[in-house]
Amino acid sequence: MSVRTLTIDDQRVSVEEGASVLDAAKAAGITIPTLCHMDGVYDTGACRLCLVEVEGIPKLLPACSTIVAEGWVIHTNSERLRKYRRMTLELLFAERNHVCSACVANGHCELQTMAYSLGMDHVRYDYRYPKWGMDLTHPLFGMDHNRCILCARCVRTCWHIEGAGTKNLAGRGGGAHIITDMNEDWGESMTCTWCGKCVQSCPTGALFQIGATAGEMTREPARLADIITARRKKEWNV
Amino acid sequence: MTLNELKEIKDAELAARKKTTIRCCMAAGCASQGSTELLKNLKAAVKEAGAEDQIEVRGVGCMRLCCQGPLAQADPEGPLYEKLEPSDAKAIVAAVLDGSVAKLQTGDPKQAFFTKQVSVVLGNSGEIDPERIESYIAADGYLALRNAMREMSPDEVVQEIMDSGLRGRGGGGYPTGLKWQTVSKARGERKYIVCNADEGDPGAFMDRTVLESDPHAVLEGMTLAAYAVGAEQGYIYVRAEYPLAIERLQTAIKQAKKSGLLGAQIMEGPFNFSIDLRIGAGAFVCGEETALMASIEGRRGVPRPRPPFPAESGLWGCPTLINNVETFANIAPIIRNGSKWFADIGTEKSKGTKVFALAGKITNTGIVEVPMGTPLRTIVEEMGGGAPDGGTVKAVQTGGPSGGCIPADHLDTSVDYASLSALGSIMGSGGMIVMDETTNMVDVARFFMEFCRDESCGKCIPCRTGTVQMHHLLTKIIGGKATARDLALLEELCDMVRNTSLCGLGMTAPNPVLSTLRFFRNEYEALLQEDPYATTTP
Repeated sequence: MSVRTLTIDDQRVSVEEGASVLDAAKAAGITIPTLCHMDGVYDTGACRLCLVEVEGIPKLLPACSTIVAEGWVIHTNSERLRKYRRMTLELLFAERNHVCSACVANGHCELQTMAYSLGMDHVRYDYRYPKWGMDLTHPLFGMDHNRCILCARCVRTCWHIEGAGTKNLAGRGGGAHIITDMNEDWGESMTCTWCGKCVQSCPTGALFQIGATAGEMTREPARLADIITARRKKEWNV
Repeated sequence: MTLNELKEIKDAELAARKKTTIRCCMAAGCASQGSTELLKNLKAAVKEAGAEDQIEVRGVGCMRLCCQGPLAQADPEGPLYEKLEPSDAKAIVAAVLDGSVAKLQTGDPKQAFFTKQVSVVLGNSGEIDPERIESYIAADGYLALRNAMREMSPDEVVQEIMDSGLRGRGGGGYPTGLKWQTVSKARGERKYIVCNADEGDPGAFMDRTVLESDPHAVLEGMTLAAYAVGAEQGYIYVRAEYPLAIERLQTAIKQAKKSGLLGAQIMEGPFNFSIDLRIGAGAFVCGEETALMASIEGRRGVPRPRPPFPAESGLWGCPTLINNVETFANIAPIIRNGSKWFADIGTEKSKGTKVFALAGKITNTGIVEVPMGTPLRTIVEEMGGGAPDGGTVKAVQTGGPSGGCIPADHLDTSVDYASLSALGSIMGSGGMIVMDETTNMVDVARFFMEFCRDESCGKCIPCRTGTVQMHHLLTKIIGGKATARDLALLEELCDMVRNTSLCGLGMTAPNPVLSTLRFFRNEYEALLQEDPYATTTP
């Protein structure tokens, strides 16, 4: 296995060939904000929060899905990047109905935490207040489309960790949304195994356990990655 | 198919030519106005007059002056009949027989619209019957493929395309030869050739014209590419909104297979190549190459980050060469006539010709093919005849929703990749929408933003929600409800969406706003209201 040496935020770091910028940053102890990335499933580069600057490359690159090259000099936290990340969050908050105080994930929400940590203290765009409903037909889990940020972590989890293929994306643009099977009620699904892994993968309050009230929905997405580690490397983190 | 057989077909076809040929346009524009019926009537009228040994009636591809269709012309030197009705057939045939001109609307085939054109891609358009392979072979079709396979190594074909200086005609303008070289050198179990025929820009119909007028040229270009890079399977991804193009492609593929020009052992050599059609389901974003490939694979048509580029990892993870229709249509003429011939057309950095679809407030709506470097003024004013009804041209929009508006005082700009991007627009795929002085530029920007908003796939946040917010801000400005703060927000969003979006759709979505802001900022500012809560920064 050959090695790549690079510089991230003035820090020299060596990583194995094939590592992503995100892996390399992690090795150097640098945190790059992410929302759609989740250990255990493949990356899609959708949320654009992990964009970084690489000297000599005019385009910003997503850290999660960019493989490092020898000698790269990377900046992960420039003023410009911080501004873009705040704007991305503003756009997300204005897009659907993210009302933290009434949300099951309040206090345990990755979107909320991200907004705090990146200093997004107000939204300058007009809220869209779309009318998205909820799917409460499943006996164990609920889906609130108003809180969904379309990271598709649940879809990837459902397909590639559980292997059920129940969750999917439908529609395009602002009308894109998560569906169950052929756009059926979740409770009617013949493929859902009731495993609840999608609920564990959700960064916001979009997927939750029935019965959870404001602030009660906690989860451990890292446990999903543990399943993959166990399967692939026979290492059990219990 | 051997060289002799190609020659035999050509000779037989030329020997069967009659003294006069009446060409009748059968491309979508004219067909939608009844040219199918007209063609039938023309054939019947010739039969009725007993003149079948003197007159050949040929359904041909696009005759370019779409706004005056249905079109028909009697060769040689006959007048160009315009705005024909199916019932005009008899009069045309009668006029041909007695050497006169029928009392119908005629156009001058010597007008600038036609004479300023240089045809490389559209050389056969309006001349050959797109539904007969013999007609294509008579115009030296498949000769380039035969010559390449017998006299050139695959690397020499790649080198020829490199030397020609051809750049991708789909919008990006990436050097075609370089792309071919990358794919030919890439290692993979299999390789694929993909033709992007998912033309979706508002006001663009160049690729449709090529497919409807000369489908075999695209097939030959793809087969040459397959030979050059070592692929055995190709796909044409064509949008479902082009039923006539699909039909003609299907016919052409069937004919080429039957003649041993596609399939196994092409030209009786060891080379196999098949082409299949894949029909788009109406998503504009599927014109983006990674989304297009996802769609071919049967997955949801959404883009993925590049790298890896398709040349390295494309369809099913294999090296894939993906080019646009017009790019492939350039290949056979380049191989047939040599790279030097091609490189002599156009400018230093932009070689060859470009097909443009003229639309909007312009007298001559239709298709033009001009050498690169032709001034915009020549295209719009001389060839296009300027704005109709005595109007004045205010701006020209190029590049569709990814492009920009070029104001009338920059009309002397030459049309090439560098000059257009210097003005904040792009060459794009070739849509050219002309606007006159009645057009409100903020409204134009909003129209394109609405298009991008509706066509965003919804995967990445900047494009999915940024276009919604930008469209909302533009609507606010047009409605007279916006302040300087909103305009500043809009500009900031434009910058953010262009720099952070995942694919070309999002990255270029702000272009219509940015370019109209650059040249027509006063129109925006005139609509702004006083801000009662003005602060220094938004």
